[in-house]
Amino acid sequence: MLLKNTYNEFVKILAKPRSYLGIGALTLLIFVILFAMKADGKSFISFVTASFEQTLSFNGNILNGNLIAFIILQMLIIHIPLLVALVTGDLISGEAAMGTVRMLASKPISRTNIVLSKFIAGAVYTLVITLWLGFLALVVARWIFGTGDIIVLNSDGLVILKESDVMWRYGCAFIVAFLSLLTISTLSICLSAFAENSIGPIVSTMAIIILFTIIGSLDVTVFDNIKPYLFTTHMASWRSFFEDPIPTAKIIQSVVILLVHNVLLVLIAIIKFNKKDITS
Amino acid sequence: MEKETVIKVEHLAKSFGSFQAVKDVSFTVNKGDVFGFLGPNGAGKSTTIRCLLSLIKPDAGNIEMFGKSYSNQCSAILANIGSIIEKPDFYKYLSAQKNLEIFARISGAKVSKSEIGEMLDFVGLGGRGGDKIGGFSHGMKQRLGIAQTLLHKPDLIILDEPTTGLDPQGIIEIRNLILRLKNEQKKTILLSSHQLSEIELIANRMVIINKGKSIVEGEVQDLLNAQELVVHLEVDQVEKAVQVIRAQFPNAQIVSQNATELEVAIEKLNVPLLNKLIIENGISVFALEPKRKLEDFFMKIVQA
Repeated sequence: MLLKNTYNEFVKILAKPRSYLGIGALTLLIFVILFAMKADGKSFISFVTASFEQTLSFNGNILNGNLIAFIILQMLIIHIPLLVALVTGDLISGEAAMGTVRMLASKPISRTNIVLSKFIAGAVYTLVITLWLGFLALVVARWIFGTGDIIVLNSDGLVILKESDVMWRYGCAFIVAFLSLLTISTLSICLSAFAENSIGPIVSTMAIIILFTIIGSLDVTVFDNIKPYLFTTHMASWRSFFEDPIPTAKIIQSVVILLVHNVLLVLIAIIKFNKKDITS
Repeated sequence: MEKETVIKVEHLAKSFGSFQAVKDVSFTVNKGDVFGFLGPNGAGKSTTIRCLLSLIKPDAGNIEMFGKSYSNQCSAILANIGSIIEKPDFYKYLSAQKNLEIFARISGAKVSKSEIGEMLDFVGLGGRGGDKIGGFSHGMKQRLGIAQTLLHKPDLIILDEPTTGLDPQGIIEIRNLILRLKNEQKKTILLSSHQLSEIELIANRMVIINKGKSIVEGEVQDLLNAQELVVHLEVDQVEKAVQVIRAQFPNAQIVSQNATELEVAIEKLNVPLLNKLIIENGISVFALEPKRKLEDFFMKIVQA
């Protein structure tokens, strides 16, 4: 029954116009960035390299597809959650708003399976968004701008990674980025179990992301104890794969915290939906 | 021979915060019944039906469906029920066929695409399967809702106010569909309504609930026949008519009278004779309208 309802969820997601809105918006954003980089990317890069030019000499294709992909990821990883929440935040509450939840819940499928099937469908949608992001950011950017070594500026200084060392890092970075987006997806599905309308969970998800991001960026000691446990703190962990050496322990910690968030949010959604009186 | 019990509800109660929607509802539906679940708006019908479908968890009372309890056999029970609650809502962005496929997939039975097509034909939506629901009228959605309830060939069909919001033509169509289910497919049907006339036309048994409590339950005909008729008469000589009635029907009771009209409580069997005797006594009858006490009883409940 779980698989059958998961299939149903795919049918519904594929038929909803809003599902394509996210992919369309993502495509547009990436092409805007690609266009901007093609038009004036060199001056953009010179802002970063200017301060090092007295001590270092930069040769070759610096503005290459590998660097552009990094810039795109850096720019969009904060905005993509909205595109994910737009679809996943509607998965349960949308049924309540439409009235179909009572048709669904009066069928011989357990409420736990209803939530799990929505979670699986949401996860697959998030994976599709991540893969599409990866395809446009990496494949298209490399096709347009060519390949080369990648220069990354982080808090410790400038990191230069060889071209041959880049693709596996991107592979791992996309897996962690997917896990981050999956947490957003699960959060919005969880909030969706509490709501009776579509817009509430979407707005609430974004509000939580903004709130946690602000808490995470405030340099105040009172928040120091909770910062490591906020999922937003770990949403940029994909960036750690572009450090040298790679901070493995830090990445593992981020992955564990994101996974724990996912499990807890799914459990909360299941408990809430099982206890819920369906009155809509 | 004792009939098999399909639904047994005992002392059901449910509150939402401080509001007690259902206080004490009990009734029994037997196999093959078309059971009328009658009550005014806000009586607790929909809440009770939602409890029957496990959409709402009751605070107190007991529900047995097919002799099974929801606590341990929820899926087995729901696999044998088809239902429309209040109004059938579908995925507007999907076609009728796709909607039925979605609900068929989780109905617990294997339903082929050709069976879905046959079901659409049965409810008069053949040829509209590819159309999106967004363009369907309320009546079409109701008929599609009935198709959805029948997909997995359930033994019990629960219809909550299936004619609400329909135009007279739509009401007749849905009523005929329910009668076909009763006569052709021998389904057990629980039909909720706030209209006695609707229940009277379709149901064989019924319960009346009001303010969250079941008031009366039984065979529709028994409940109707058990009640004396109140006959409303419009005649040219009211006093003479009263004399005839008192002389010929000592058990009859004059309920009210004025210069041109009177109301008489009398047994149903005596109405033709009453009409005959009044005419034979030279009284002109302009109107003779039977009014059932059950209707009055129901109206009193509604007005209360």
